[in-house]
Amino acid sequence: MLVLISYDVASGSGGAKRLRRIAKACQDHGQRVQYSVFECLITPAQWSMLRQRLLDEMDADQDSLRFYFLGANWRNRVEHVGAKAGYDPEAPLIL
Amino acid sequence: MRTHLNTLFINTQGSYLAKKGECIDVRQEQRSMAMVPIHTLEGVACFGQVSYSPYLMAHCAEHGVSLSHFDERGRFLAAMRGPTSGNVLLRRQQYRWADDPQQAAQMTRFILHAKLRNGRTVMARALRERGQTNTALETTVHELGVLVALLDKTDSVESLRGLEGRAGALYWGSFQHLIYQDSPEFKFFGRSRRPPLDRVNALLSFLYAMLMHDVRSALEGVGLDPYVGFLHQDRPGRPGLALDMMEEFRPYLADRLALTLINRGQLGAKDFEVQASQATYLTEAGRKKVIVAYQKRKDEQITHPFLQEHCAIGMVWHLQALLLARYIRGDLDGYPAFLWR
Repeated sequence: MLVLISYDVASGSGGAKRLRRIAKACQDHGQRVQYSVFECLITPAQWSMLRQRLLDEMDADQDSLRFYFLGANWRNRVEHVGAKAGYDPEAPLIL
Repeated sequence: MRTHLNTLFINTQGSYLAKKGECIDVRQEQRSMAMVPIHTLEGVACFGQVSYSPYLMAHCAEHGVSLSHFDERGRFLAAMRGPTSGNVLLRRQQYRWADDPQQAAQMTRFILHAKLRNGRTVMARALRERGQTNTALETTVHELGVLVALLDKTDSVESLRGLEGRAGALYWGSFQHLIYQDSPEFKFFGRSRRPPLDRVNALLSFLYAMLMHDVRSALEGVGLDPYVGFLHQDRPGRPGLALDMMEEFRPYLADRLALTLINRGQLGAKDFEVQASQATYLTEAGRKKVIVAYQKRKDEQITHPFLQEHCAIGMVWHLQALLLARYIRGDLDGYPAFLWR
């Protein structure tokens, strides 16, 4: 399934550290499509691990995370316009 | 249940792969081109001058991602995979069977049965689809059918190999009739390899190398030894079992894909380079087209003829490897090779 993660992490008082660690957790499981937006093609088991990791890193009083579940037929639900199209993790990956 | 995961192909010369977090960082000219999380991959295939860090190799090994190396022309050079999986009892049984003439003949029969039947189906379908009479093709289809029937009456590996030779001669002798593209660039006069001497052969060889990478990984994935085969004799550095298992997929997947690419004009003469020695290879651009087509074909859904389950074509060899392991372990009475209908 494809999960879209977007986050807002407060700056100041350890915020930079949380921001870095949250970005890293997302990066480990998906691709960065915009500065604080990640698309993760992930299995439900991997998702529950990633989710927990993100919740452990964040500060619920200051930061916010939003998860959008796009399912297996995510291609119909995503349209990209403009620069930096990213790659399709299910299409042939040739570099 | 395993799912069909993607393969990362590195085709640009001079690329460097590094581990970054859980991702494979693909760098070209000091720039990061992509960060691919390793859990979305089942294999990495590198062509030509591609290098990677030891950390990346360890990372791939830990995640069961195979790392294969080919030269620029698609010739297989080396592969790396993590610790051997599966149990040793299965491998021991495989070795015992390979040494036992009767069992080896039985396995060979299963494999050749599928190879010949699938080859025959390729020809029969072409004949039907074209709706024209073609006596040469009809004769081949008929004679391949006769050879299939002969397989059951033959009981030594040597005579089975003899039948395979005859079938091969028939099949490749009629293969030119399946190429409708009229241009002189795609004339086929017979199989040639090391080096391939015309474009059709270059394309076939390249597709077989791709298939090899996949089948080999599938066998290792279930704990079988890809180097000990039944139809293909042991030879150092030759993955006999992987070659054996490839036989059932060659006509169905590789040959048909080659024909599609040629007949639909998706590959042109420019996608190949012909050297002074007549040796012919795909160019970098041509290779890319073929890989895209191959990966797309692997994503197509079919119903597995034996298991009656929907799966991507890219899963078929994993399922076949599983069935083969079950047969060797004694859980199945025979090996249900992949038969295309």
